[in-house]
Amino acid sequence: MEQVHFYHALKVVDEVCIGCTHCMNVCPTAAIRVKNGTADINKNACVDCGECLQACPVNAIIVEQDDFTQIFNYKQRVALLPTVLLGQFPDDVSEVQIYNEIKDLGFTHVYEVDGAVDVLIDSTKKFMHKHHQERPFISSFCPAIVRLIQVKFPALVDNIIQLKPVIDISAQFYRKKLQDKGYAQEEIGIFYVTPCAAKIAAVKSPVGEQKSLIDGVINMDFIYNKVLLSIKNSKKETKKYPENIHMSRRSIGWTLTTGEASRYSGRCLAIDEIHNVIEVLEKLENEEITDVDFLELRACDHSCAGGVLATENRFLAIERLRKRAAWYHRNKPMIMPEREIDLYKTYLQENIGIDKVEPRSILSLDSDMMVAMKKMKKINRIMKVLPRIDCGACGAPRCQALAEDVVQGKAKMTQCVFLQKMLTKEGLISPQESFDISEDTWGKSRFEKKNLNDH
Amino acid sequence: MEFKFTIEGGNFSKAGSASSEVKKILKQLNVNPKIIKRTVVSLYEAEVNVVAHAFEGNMNVDIDTDKIVVKIEDKGPGIPDIDQAMQEGYSTATPQVREMGFGAGMGLPNIKRNSDQMNITSKVDVGTEVEIINYLG
Repeated sequence: MEQVHFYHALKVVDEVCIGCTHCMNVCPTAAIRVKNGTADINKNACVDCGECLQACPVNAIIVEQDDFTQIFNYKQRVALLPTVLLGQFPDDVSEVQIYNEIKDLGFTHVYEVDGAVDVLIDSTKKFMHKHHQERPFISSFCPAIVRLIQVKFPALVDNIIQLKPVIDISAQFYRKKLQDKGYAQEEIGIFYVTPCAAKIAAVKSPVGEQKSLIDGVINMDFIYNKVLLSIKNSKKETKKYPENIHMSRRSIGWTLTTGEASRYSGRCLAIDEIHNVIEVLEKLENEEITDVDFLELRACDHSCAGGVLATENRFLAIERLRKRAAWYHRNKPMIMPEREIDLYKTYLQENIGIDKVEPRSILSLDSDMMVAMKKMKKINRIMKVLPRIDCGACGAPRCQALAEDVVQGKAKMTQCVFLQKMLTKEGLISPQESFDISEDTWGKSRFEKKNLNDH
Repeated sequence: MEFKFTIEGGNFSKAGSASSEVKKILKQLNVNPKIIKRTVVSLYEAEVNVVAHAFEGNMNVDIDTDKIVVKIEDKGPGIPDIDQAMQEGYSTATPQVREMGFGAGMGLPNIKRNSDQMNITSKVDVGTEVEIINYLG
């Protein structure tokens, strides 16, 4: 099998990690093992959903971000914002302040990516009409879901709509706009403020595109802290909403659950939270669910408002965004001025396509079926001696996962604590050997002598 | 390689679990996703048939490098007229079964569509045996 490098923004900080197995047990693709006392993420299986980060009790899993000062490598510095960012701030912070503060951080332009939804909605309708035989259509919105389908549901990759998500459309729009104003390609730096780890991975190793249109990614919690800190210190009075911008309800609602599904005709389902999505994809694969036209699938609970880099409670953030959408709707100008993005609509729609998403199944035991069958037989034999209680004490999330690791040469059967005890009793391994195996899994420090009387 | 699964008659909440197990196995064996899909769709239909009509049944799966042979046998009412049962839209499912979204009379034709070979034998008041063969080549 060819070795491909997949970028992941989720990183385990070994010095902080206590090897507690919480992350290992929640990972939806069983990508995590505990080795030498710390969590180890399998890059081929990880889909950047962020479940591990949410589960970590000691904050040992972080979202790696680009160095902020790199924005100054460019003359034109564009901050692309997700609308959920605007839902993070307390009610007394105005939108004008948020925009101003982001500019004060060093950006020359600020644009909310969901302003591009109309371009995408239009193209999606055309795409679904043209390829109607490939129903049900799965949105390419959530990068974690696209990756999940690649690794776990290879039969469904053809159902993914081959269109760019709004982030990429906005990036393309802004780049073209600035180029038309006379700036050279290398003078333009486009940065996305991300609510999750998956969108970082999508920028660093894009699926269906050769190169990302985005130059760098900044974590949403970083921007949130910076902006809120300077607002608290300045106390400038501004209007709550800007005067020259109009955001439609479609745009503001786009990243929230049903944002996409409510825009298309036919039977459209909106599903959020990765385990819910897996359940539906299983049924879809068996054709237990038929007659569905469009599926909006998002990895985070309550979609992007539940992103791992969101700071505000997701329900409060959603309420604020709904209020914001209602305000803009009430104050809609009588005659809508033509928006800049509409001038580029034809150009953007001509460049909106992406390549077919390629499957890269993590499930197959071997590319040669004969070998795979042999391995499966071996796994079944190993499973007969494992305790099947999925205790995780071997450093694998389930007995089945240990058996698979053993067959693939990634683990030893003796990592199972039950087998260790049995083998020690039979005299097949010495107590020292058994101890050494446990140290390999859990790290030496975990077995340092502790005096019980100290506590 | 052989696998055996039991199917419980009347328990719709579990309908599909045997086919899902087979799907997992085929994915691990690196079978072409398109063939997996065809196979699983036909097995799911056959499994639902047992749940909807029979008292109990078995799914016996035999996987080889060139083909997958699945036999689904049940103890149940049997099919008096197989030709009629093979027609799209023909169904003997009870109104209760139909209310649950099953029994549209597409089961057997759908199995045929999603398999390379399909054989049915049935004895009234004894049971039915459906054999599904899909080639991997």
